[in-house]
Amino acid sequence: MNRNSALERPLPDTAGENGRGVGVSVQALSRSFGALQVLRRLDLTIEAGQFVCIVGRSGCGKSTLLRHLAGLETPDAGLALVNGEERNRVHGNTRVMFQEARLLPWKTVLGNVGVGLKGDWRARALAALSQVGLADRAGDWPFTLSGGQRQRVALARALVHSPRLLLFDEPLGALDALTRIEMQELIERLWLEQGFTALLVTHDVAEAVALADRVILIENGAVALDLPITLPRPRERGVADFARMEGLVLKRVLTHHDGNRQ
Amino acid sequence: MSGSGKEALTLPQPAQMRTAAPDAGFGRRLRLSVAAGGRHLEPWLLPLLLLVLWQAGASLGWISSRVLPAPRDIGASFVELVKSGQLLKNLQISCGRAFSGFFIGAVIGLVLGFWTGTSRRMERLLDTSVQMVRNIPHLALTPLVILWFGIGEDSKVFLIALGVMFPIYLNTFHGIRSVDRQLIEMGRVYGLSGWGLFRDVILPGTLPSILVGIRFSLGVMWLTLIVAETIAASSGLGYMAMNAREFFQTDIVVIAILLYALLGKLADMAARGLERRWLKWHPEFAKTGA
Ligand SMILES: Nc1ncnc2c1ncn2[C@@H]1O[C@H](COP(=O)(O)OP(=O)(O)OP(=O)(O)O)[C@@H](O)[C@H]1O
Ligand SMILES: [Mg+2]
Repeated sequence: MNRNSALERPLPDTAGENGRGVGVSVQALSRSFGALQVLRRLDLTIEAGQFVCIVGRSGCGKSTLLRHLAGLETPDAGLALVNGEERNRVHGNTRVMFQEARLLPWKTVLGNVGVGLKGDWRARALAALSQVGLADRAGDWPFTLSGGQRQRVALARALVHSPRLLLFDEPLGALDALTRIEMQELIERLWLEQGFTALLVTHDVAEAVALADRVILIENGAVALDLPITLPRPRERGVADFARMEGLVLKRVLTHHDGNRQ
Repeated sequence: MSGSGKEALTLPQPAQMRTAAPDAGFGRRLRLSVAAGGRHLEPWLLPLLLLVLWQAGASLGWISSRVLPAPRDIGASFVELVKSGQLLKNLQISCGRAFSGFFIGAVIGLVLGFWTGTSRRMERLLDTSVQMVRNIPHLALTPLVILWFGIGEDSKVFLIALGVMFPIYLNTFHGIRSVDRQLIEMGRVYGLSGWGLFRDVILPGTLPSILVGIRFSLGVMWLTLIVAETIAASSGLGYMAMNAREFFQTDIVVIAILLYALLGKLADMAARGLERRWLKWHPEFAKTGA
């Protein structure tokens, strides 16, 4: 039951294989909190290396789905498979970027990137910091950074583990519009370079259309829309196709939001 | 910070300088440094004034030396006490008691605090009992402790340890419970568990609270020492004071009181030093640490 035939055979988790994406398969996943059923037999399959964005109204269960894939929650029923293996605890091939940067205030920027690394981690952490353009702040305390810089440190902290599945839970939600676009470009560039599977939750439909291979809408605890975005990368906002896609998703998000009307 | 203050003071100066004598720059600097030094000394003005009044009052015979000897006489007997070696001996004994009691109480408080803080089972088992015992003022146990241990070292060390234990226990326990859950979750997602999670996330997150506990319990430590030494002791600062009282040596009593105050101040400064060292990452302490 740990194998999912729809996915490629799981790759051995060695250093050389890191950075290559893993497939994700969610099968009839259900989860309730008390009387509130958040996920209702949700099905979702993501190919290795794909960039998938999840949109949906507040409280529809996006974070809950992500937390199951991170191994932070146990489902009531159904399966969450990553790389063909059932995900029931945190795993080294998966990392999460949260809405808050969640930096440890008592560690320097470099120390934060090195959290959980073993052996000679400094050089690797510094390399990851350079990738997000913050190598010169390595020795500073987190409270001296701006919000956008903090999220870049959090991104470096995730990347340094060469994750094969990177889960983003609205990491850009609190940033201003300009910083947000910069971060989107950074995430896209690093995703193209490293080829991990990316699952990004966002409230911002334009962000979803800019980054995703597929936009998923969650409604009433299940996938209500699964829209491939075929626009060529790098994507330019403002061109007609982009705006059309954005309008399409937005319209769909705004209509059937009441489960009883369906 | 004081630099910017000086800057503000110099602002109106250039216009005057052009018309003034060549050495006006020097004069200005002198005036400024006196002003800056004055601001530094201001807090000491009132104590100094009181001291002068005290000395004057004693010299003019307004204050009886039985009530309060003149500062000069106190200084003289201080020198005597130091010369005879009596002061140093008693000081050593008092500090020895204070710190061994503090050490024992702090270790017990920390261990219990970490234990109940990290294990729900230990919390259920222990916390209610500790909270109950905590409500007994530890000084109320003094007669019982003297019955158990006599008036030797043990009774004083025991009382101090008991008094120090609770503030440290409480602050450690609540410190652990108030560590940001999101940071703990982050640590787990990034591969930390067990000792690693404790070392990197839980302990540093608890440290500010532990330091509050330490500062508070240092106060408890001196208070307990004073009470214990005054009630039942055959050596130490408190004994020295009580002994002097019997011979109406008010000057020695005053010296003992002043020494207690000084020791308390020194311990508090040490605790602040630890805060600056260990909480460098904290925005509140970063300015002084830099
Ligand atoms: N640990 C929990 N205990 C109880 N209820 C929970 C818990 N976690 C989530 N919920 C509830 O489940 C529902 C879905 O929560 P979730 O955080 O997944 O929403 P979301 O789609 O991420 O929303 P948002 O866009 O606002 O972040 C919410 O109604 C929330 O109150
Ligand atoms: Mg959420």
